[in-house]
Amino acid sequence: MNKYTLTLVFFFGITVLSAQDCIKTLSGRVMDFHDGVPLEGATITYNSTTMLTDASGKYTISGLCATSYAFTISHEDCNSQVVTIDLDKVSTKDFYLEHHLNELQEVKVSGAKPNKTSSSQEETIGKDILEKYSGASLGDALRQITGVSSLNTGSTIVKPVIQGLNGSRVLIMNNGVRMQDMEWGDEHAPNVDINTAGNVTVVKGAAALRYGGDAIGGVIVMEPNRVPAKDTLIGKTVLTGASNGRGGSVTSEIIKGYENGWFLKAQGTLKRFGDVEAPDYILSNTGLFEKGASLAFGVNKFTYGWDAFYSFYENEIGVLAASHIGNVDDLIESINSSQPSIIRDFTYDIDNPKQEVTHHLGRLRYFKRFEKLGKLTAQYDFQLNRRFEFDIRQTAELRKIPSIDLELTTHSFTSDFKFDSKSDFTLDTGIVLRYQENFADPSTGVRRLIPDYNKYDAGVFVTGEYNINDLVLDAGVRYDYNQIDAKKFYQKTRWTERGYDAEFSDLIIGDFGTQWLTNPKFDYHSFSGTIGLNYQFRDDYVLRANYALSQRAPNPSELFSDGLHHSAARIELGDLRIDQETSHKLSFSLQKNSETWGWEIAPYFNLINDYILLEPTSVELSLRGAFPVWEYRQSDARLLGLDAKLYTQFHTNWRTDHNFSIVKGKETDGDTPLINMPAPNFNNKLTFQKEDWLGLQMSVESEYVFRQNEFPPNIEVFSPQTGEDVLLEINTPPSAYHLLHANADILLPLGKNNTVKIGATINNILNKNYRNYLNRQRYFADEVGRNFLIRLTFNY
Amino acid sequence: MNTRKFLPILFLAGTLFVSCSDDDDNPTPVNEEEVITTMTVRLTAGNDVVTLKVFDEDGADGPTAPVVEISGNLAANTTYNGTVELLNEAENPAEDINEEIEAEADEHQFFFAAGGGLNLITSYTDTEADYPPLTGTNPVGLTFDLETTDASTGTFTITLRHMPKKPNDGTLADAGGDTDISQSFTVTIQ
Repeated sequence: MNKYTLTLVFFFGITVLSAQDCIKTLSGRVMDFHDGVPLEGATITYNSTTMLTDASGKYTISGLCATSYAFTISHEDCNSQVVTIDLDKVSTKDFYLEHHLNELQEVKVSGAKPNKTSSSQEETIGKDILEKYSGASLGDALRQITGVSSLNTGSTIVKPVIQGLNGSRVLIMNNGVRMQDMEWGDEHAPNVDINTAGNVTVVKGAAALRYGGDAIGGVIVMEPNRVPAKDTLIGKTVLTGASNGRGGSVTSEIIKGYENGWFLKAQGTLKRFGDVEAPDYILSNTGLFEKGASLAFGVNKFTYGWDAFYSFYENEIGVLAASHIGNVDDLIESINSSQPSIIRDFTYDIDNPKQEVTHHLGRLRYFKRFEKLGKLTAQYDFQLNRRFEFDIRQTAELRKIPSIDLELTTHSFTSDFKFDSKSDFTLDTGIVLRYQENFADPSTGVRRLIPDYNKYDAGVFVTGEYNINDLVLDAGVRYDYNQIDAKKFYQKTRWTERGYDAEFSDLIIGDFGTQWLTNPKFDYHSFSGTIGLNYQFRDDYVLRANYALSQRAPNPSELFSDGLHHSAARIELGDLRIDQETSHKLSFSLQKNSETWGWEIAPYFNLINDYILLEPTSVELSLRGAFPVWEYRQSDARLLGLDAKLYTQFHTNWRTDHNFSIVKGKETDGDTPLINMPAPNFNNKLTFQKEDWLGLQMSVESEYVFRQNEFPPNIEVFSPQTGEDVLLEINTPPSAYHLLHANADILLPLGKNNTVKIGATINNILNKNYRNYLNRQRYFADEVGRNFLIRLTFNY
Repeated sequence: MNTRKFLPILFLAGTLFVSCSDDDDNPTPVNEEEVITTMTVRLTAGNDVVTLKVFDEDGADGPTAPVVEISGNLAANTTYNGTVELLNEAENPAEDINEEIEAEADEHQFFFAAGGGLNLITSYTDTEADYPPLTGTNPVGLTFDLETTDASTGTFTITLRHMPKKPNDGTLADAGGDTDISQSFTVTIQ
């Protein structure tokens, strides 16, 4: 294509010399090809004349003849473009230039620019934070964002919590693909390698409708680094070493770009940690072995492009040995005891109980830009998620067989069209079709916790954005249809106990002695919508207001869970009667950003009808003793919260950051607090930065987490061991805690174009003993103690 | 790359999954391992046989509580020889769980405790060496002696621990491990 154009340039370059009636004008705008941002100061050259665009990217050229011209459009940081236009036919023309600036070197300031929605609360973390957490998990890195916390199982299984909500209420978009990796379980962390992302944006709420209508909690959008369309070869390697866990990680990425738009990208990560340590003891069997690799290639042309992406992720995670308990008496013993019942010597070996998860993700994407209309994108993606959970079982042979063996296969087709030819109005509309199949292998010798099922999803959305000077209005609607078609065995006694015999007898398709085989098939129609505004005033103030309605269909766990979850020593019971939950969320944010100081205050109110929650309700007796029963149920709930931030750049070299977030979750009826609501937390950071000293950056951070004083009541259980009812303090939160962390980074040049960044971090400097309410292992052990980390980042 | 070719391929890939989804095969039921439905403790002193039995039809997964059956009272000041029998009666014929315990005797131990003023003491009458591979010196508890003294009523609790610390001091707290069985019987000595 390029050669063709060049020939034309040459050809028309001669013809335009013969001027005749030269009264034509050409006008339009020059914009960034990717996001449509107007480019100021772009040059438009024809013959020997050069024009510049104004602040809104506009240009007007008059005195042109009714013939063809070759225009060269260029802008700092962009590849020049040569376009021939026949002025006899065309009088307006918008040019899109593609940024080839080195995005890899660009540092995105967190919260600098909203790019997923205009009106809802969102925040982005960039390269620096992601590199800092290279050896950790996505959930750890996201905690840097105010209002984002995590629900942990130990220190390695980290599930992001956005403004109090987690699991199926939080969507994770990995490279444009909605992750389908069994996010329903509390102890299932996202199966993503943080190192595949160039930046991660968290949208706090359901306003980003294009990703899904059911994001009652929010959306986490992981995006890769953009590949510049020029001849280039860029590489990056990050090495991390940690004293606690005596391990580290290495991740490497190499990107090859070509002028003609072709690119190739390869990336790989390896992480290995042994047992981590609390201040007073080793947390036995908490090792981690993680592998990840991804490959992408394709063409990114001016008007069209396609790419293929594949990623592989595998991890083996040890689950704290002491957290495997037999029955409620063991749990009581653990809660009363100050240290875990099993403490062994440090080892890298990972024994049962453990999880082994692999995730394959493949994607094909195509886009085409239609002049003066917009951009069409079509995508097919495939995901295969395999999850094994190994337990402590009675015989050595059985211990080699997983207790949970699930295989989740997902195919999705998505397509959207973005109408962005108007400067003040954009419209995005699209569809999603998805098929998913879950297979639970019966060879485990343990009854299936999640049944075999087929699931069909279809969705359609329209979102629009309207710009009026400093005001942006956005709105959208979405409809989703879900059907789940499961085949599940129920113990006859359970079927009756749940009362299904009266309501669901038509679901039974087989009689297997002590069990029924059933075929539950449910349809859900979900509607979601959003409306909001973004208003910029007095130069440095931004006000955002947003209302989002979202509906989420229940996940398989909420519907079908049934039985003893061995690793948690609890019986989890879903309910076939569970229906969609509906959220109405109002969120506001007012922020001021100036050079010397800035702040943001962001309150929100989330009213969730038929909120689905899982909480301990009673115990069931068996020969093995008593087990706490955790039941799913629905109740109207409201969440009221506030995220606040303040920074001061009180001196050229000194900066302070202060973040506070709080959320109160209650059932509307009876004011009972919701389970697993994050406790209020308050972070303060002092940073010293001096560019002249090898880019030195040093900081100390104080993290104060209050005690969660609002929690649902504990339950009374019968203890076979003592022969009486005892209070099981299963909901009582641990005390408040205060941690100190420190960090330092310098940047050294290596040769002409290469750099190495050296970073050191100390977490939990005072080696404090503490427990975290949002850690499922808080009954058994303290959190991780002091940790020294060293990081080397090579850019070449 | 020719986009005209690429686009149909993409759509084809998209429609492919719709056509390969029908799967009417029913899943097979899981052959559940590690289920113990029944424990029978036989206490014998000459012709006097007392059985303590507990039966849990749907195992630890199911909602039904175990049913306890005690055949009679124990005599005062008597030594009974005790045996424990574990079965999985959810299978047909019933599966003998004792075999599994015997095969891994070094990983299992029963613990006996009298509570609520019940006057009895127990002692182990077997060791790991009684079961293949005939090595080990620690008690297992598939057989035991039970010696009653004065008349009384209280609870007799039997616990089977998997992977306890061995040797241990005979208390559950010291032994640790996972509980496979934990069952109390209200017993009268007269």
